[in-house]
Amino acid sequence: MVGILIVAHSERLASGVKEFADQATHGQVPIVAVGGAVDGSLGISTEAIRDGLRRVASNDGVLVLVDFTSAALSVEAVLEDEPAMRVVISNAPLVEGAYLAAVEASVGATLEETAAAALRGRDLVKVQSDRRIRYQ
Amino acid sequence: MQITVDHVIRFLERAAALIREHATELTELDTVIGDADHGTNLNRGFSAVVVKLDALQDGDIGTILDVTGKTLLATVGGAAGPLYGTAFRRAGALLAGRHAIEGADIAAALEVALEGIIERGRVQRGEKTMLDAIAPGVETFRSAIAEGKSLEEAARCALAAVEEGMRATIPMQATKGRAAFLGPRSIGHQDPGATSAYYIACAMVGLNVDPPSDQNEAQLS
Repeated sequence: MVGILIVAHSERLASGVKEFADQATHGQVPIVAVGGAVDGSLGISTEAIRDGLRRVASNDGVLVLVDFTSAALSVEAVLEDEPAMRVVISNAPLVEGAYLAAVEASVGATLEETAAAALRGRDLVKVQSDRRIRYQ
Repeated sequence: MQITVDHVIRFLERAAALIREHATELTELDTVIGDADHGTNLNRGFSAVVVKLDALQDGDIGTILDVTGKTLLATVGGAAGPLYGTAFRRAGALLAGRHAIEGADIAAALEVALEGIIERGRVQRGEKTMLDAIAPGVETFRSAIAEGKSLEEAARCALAAVEEGMRATIPMQATKGRAAFLGPRSIGHQDPGATSAYYIACAMVGLNVDPPSDQNEAQLS
């Protein structure tokens, strides 16, 4: 099964997204959340990314979801030393992307299908334009 | 003049000292147009590098630069980690096994470091990033060496180009990184990444600069 790595600048943000995706898939999908710099402050730890990638990696590959560009750059830098890993770093929004990817992966989808599902998170419509809340 | 392992270690120690000295300033620049962590992050990274230097006295220049890159990558925690980390690692790979290098080697190492930053950050000049300070410095250094200038003279010219490049980020509008969220409001502020690049370049040249100005005397070593 495709694994999912969630990388955010905050451990709580990453864990919260994982909690949400785990619930949708009843914990069937290997999902690891990493967040925070080495000293626990807001940031990215490449060692945590490396460890997380190894924990979710399989022949089916890993989809990585990130909060900001610097997280993606860090994952890319780690992958320079892991040439054998099949990894796609997603451009999807973190919450929607992780949720959709987890659901897709849980039905045995390929890495490509899981990545495509995550990207559909960019098009989710949350508020119809004709629904306005009137504040009085 | 040859640059030895000892020079490279002193460069890294000076870089760490300059980053520590200017950490607050770097974070303040990043507070205006970013996420207020550039100085803190780089200080954490370069402090970790200094701790590793003692064990590397007997290593070659390539290994020292590679360990520096890996350490920055692992400890910085922001975009500067993978960017500087990749730059140092690429230079380290080029200089693997070398215990002494000359101007042309340094020019080649700076070139691959620059390419690493461009590749990692998918960045172009004019986007208000560290590249706007680093690229002119690397080009100036390479040309100066190719023209047969001494290492000291080439380094001096390159540092002036880095400083000019850093200042040139002030009127730019950011299109990369967190500063891009500010759109036109990023104009009028000096880029923190370009500023840290300037301090690292100062360390490379051997200047002790505080604050950056034209008044400093060269202390080449």
